[in-house]
Amino acid sequence: MRDVLLVAAKDLRIERRSRIGTAQVLPFALLVLLLFAFALDPDRGLLEAATPGLFWVTVLFSAVLALQRNFGIEAEDGIIDALRLCGMAPSSIYFGKVLALVVQLFALEFVLVIAVAVFYNLEFNGIPLLVVISLAATLGIAATGSIYGALSARLRSRDTLLPLLMLPLLAPVLISATRGSEIALRGEVGTGWSWAALLGLFASTYLIVGAVLFSPLLEDA
Amino acid sequence: MTSHSSTAATTDLTDQGVAGGLSGTGSIGTKVIGSAALVTVALGAIYGLVISGPDQKLGNTVRIIYLHVPTVLAAYLAFVITAIGSAMYLLKRTEFWDLLASSAAEIGVLFFAVTIIDGALWGKVTWGVFWRWEPRLTTSAVLLLMYVGYLAIRALPADPRTRATRSAIVGLVAVVNIPIVHKAVDWWRGIHQGQTVLGTVDPNMAGNQLFAMYTSMIAGLLVFAWLLIHRFRVGFLMERTEDLALEEAISARRQENAGQTGQGA
Repeated sequence: MRDVLLVAAKDLRIERRSRIGTAQVLPFALLVLLLFAFALDPDRGLLEAATPGLFWVTVLFSAVLALQRNFGIEAEDGIIDALRLCGMAPSSIYFGKVLALVVQLFALEFVLVIAVAVFYNLEFNGIPLLVVISLAATLGIAATGSIYGALSARLRSRDTLLPLLMLPLLAPVLISATRGSEIALRGEVGTGWSWAALLGLFASTYLIVGAVLFSPLLEDA
Repeated sequence: MTSHSSTAATTDLTDQGVAGGLSGTGSIGTKVIGSAALVTVALGAIYGLVISGPDQKLGNTVRIIYLHVPTVLAAYLAFVITAIGSAMYLLKRTEFWDLLASSAAEIGVLFFAVTIIDGALWGKVTWGVFWRWEPRLTTSAVLLLMYVGYLAIRALPADPRTRATRSAIVGLVAVVNIPIVHKAVDWWRGIHQGQTVLGTVDPNMAGNQLFAMYTSMIAGLLVFAWLLIHRFRVGFLMERTEDLALEEAISARRQENAGQTGQGA
């Protein structure tokens, strides 16, 4: 547990000092929200109807960018090997990376929600469900992203490979998060919890898969 | 002189057949499977296209099912084999499991692409559109893209152990997602429309239709097995030729070196 926190703290410290997330990923996400407004006429109600989907698509794209950044720096400096030399278990490194990503993505989503509320004129309903859905979806993205991020970090073609691997894998997350958020925003909370449950299932499945696979991954891949 | 001797070595190798006398990927086993596949494919085609009658509701479009079900069956089987091969590779670390997993994935993608294309054609005839966000079609599209990612990782040059580990991880991560994608898509589309027709064998199917169905399913599995064995052997030979090419390059350099020292003396 201590190792998990150490790895996460290291990642967040790097982020705080380099400010790649706040200076590049976040503005990119806001830009995408703006582009959606250009593509879908805001006056015809299309934008409002599509808001949950657009929000989650933006999160997915930004998450891929954040992942490339988070694992790219590790590979260049051989940090993962250094962590293993310190005697850290691969699963601790994995959970540390997941934790750091969850914190970063959650912060990003928080800013994006405010932006959506302002630009897309969103009214909030069912906030507890929205929070649970966001947490579960973010955990799922971080759990899968840390596996594929580490896998592709040392590859020269990682910038093109990572989206190809990540986005189909996250299809159920996009579907569940979007439907769940729609239901929450309409105020019909009841059925939304089954979407939240599916997101939770996705996240917990991949947390287990990641913890198991990280050891061969760090050794050989 | 040097170039001549290396050409001689190459022809020598091809004559002997690379990898210990194995000069092709065929064997008695694959010839039997291949012949059986040809016969059942022919039988399935004759029954499916000519002898069996049109469906009461679907008309002649029912005949697409005789291709659709076998290919999707083989594709799912392929992905199961990829998953087993991936898991076994991580446990045993032998070339066999790695080659099995990757060969199956390649053929699975092929069969899945065929399934999606004939599904879309069926849709054009029946619904009037190529694509509908029908749960099975949608799930298939997502799965196809996941395994295209597997092949992309596979195609990157790397040393065999690294490549095998990477693809085994992707193989396992992908297969775990299949039931989740299925559930998500089912719920999502289930809200909008009822049961689907395509992909389910009509329980009322009987006589020649049922025979065509079963024959083509067996044909699909035989074609799959035949392709899998051949793909596996091609993969095996590719690894061997890589080793050979390296050995040959080393011996060529040695000869060059020997020639130079000879001249010097």
